[in-house]
Amino acid sequence: MINRQVVGAHYGLKDWMAQRASAVIMALYSVLGVLVLMLVRPTSFEAWQGIFANGPIKFFTFLFFVSLFYHAWIGIRDLWMDYVKQTGLRLSLHVITLALLVGYTAWAAAILWRL
Amino acid sequence: MSKRTVQFSIYRYDPDRDDAPYMQDISIELEPTDRKLLDALTKLKAKDDAISYRRSCREGVCGSDAMNINGRNGLACLTDIDSLKQPIVLRPLPGLPVIRDLIVDMTQFFKQYHSIKPYLINNDPLPERERLQSPEDREELNGLYECILCACCSTSCPSFWWNPDKFVGPAGLLAAYRFIADTRDQATNERLDNLEDPYRLFRCHTIMNCVDVCPKGLNPTKAIGKIKDMMVRRAV
Repeated sequence: MINRQVVGAHYGLKDWMAQRASAVIMALYSVLGVLVLMLVRPTSFEAWQGIFANGPIKFFTFLFFVSLFYHAWIGIRDLWMDYVKQTGLRLSLHVITLALLVGYTAWAAAILWRL
Repeated sequence: MSKRTVQFSIYRYDPDRDDAPYMQDISIELEPTDRKLLDALTKLKAKDDAISYRRSCREGVCGSDAMNINGRNGLACLTDIDSLKQPIVLRPLPGLPVIRDLIVDMTQFFKQYHSIKPYLINNDPLPERERLQSPEDREELNGLYECILCACCSTSCPSFWWNPDKFVGPAGLLAAYRFIADTRDQATNERLDNLEDPYRLFRCHTIMNCVDVCPKGLNPTKAIGKIKDMMVRRAV
């Protein structure tokens, strides 16, 4: 293969917007979390379990984790793109990162819905 | 002000003679009329004519004498000697290959600049006199057209250091927005398409070193933000 530098992947805007949107969701969830904890003031395991047994809290918590992992995907991918020059290695790191984050998402869902 | 002696530590590298670059300590006596760093460099060159640097207009218009001055990129001709801590450490612009001493190879920088098509694209027949703009439309070009391509911004940008071959860099993106913002230009969509790329535009992580060092007081980060803003308005 001839060694020509090619750029022009025609993507990036959606990721950039998603990174900002997920940041806003996480910020809002943090406020919600503090408010709920101040209201309930849980002191026992049952009280903590009670908070997360609540449907809307479950929904927002899961949304928070999805936002966190999507945000992390874009951020970590940026790191690989900035510093890892070898394309094969970069692709492998992308796949490993993606696989881990998808796994974490499923794990977060499993934990949340077990409560 | 009387005569004064100023200490320098200058990056020296002549690939024909030196195995590796080294820092040379040198001092020079300056006249009261020697106010700018370029005045001192002229005196240094008279003392040791092997010291190499670029210069041309000596008044901040040509952008030739950009260098790293005490760890910060700037133009020698616009920098007051007395504002600098001694010894004044002079290095070539970071991130670009050194040709000799303070002279860097700007090929990569200009390649990125050319990649954004830095000229007006308008396929209409030429008007008899000129293509007019309203004063409001012309206003948008202020803070964009003044760039002198000295490369202080791009060579202080870590994203440009890591990907100079793929990331357009602050200078190129400022110029890109200068043509995107121009109401006389007809290639806005193509220009936005050309930049919608995880490397070309989205390597900018808003570090803002570019804004910090620009000797003309321009704001490439703001221009990059406006490009993203236009892409969002186009897509959403």
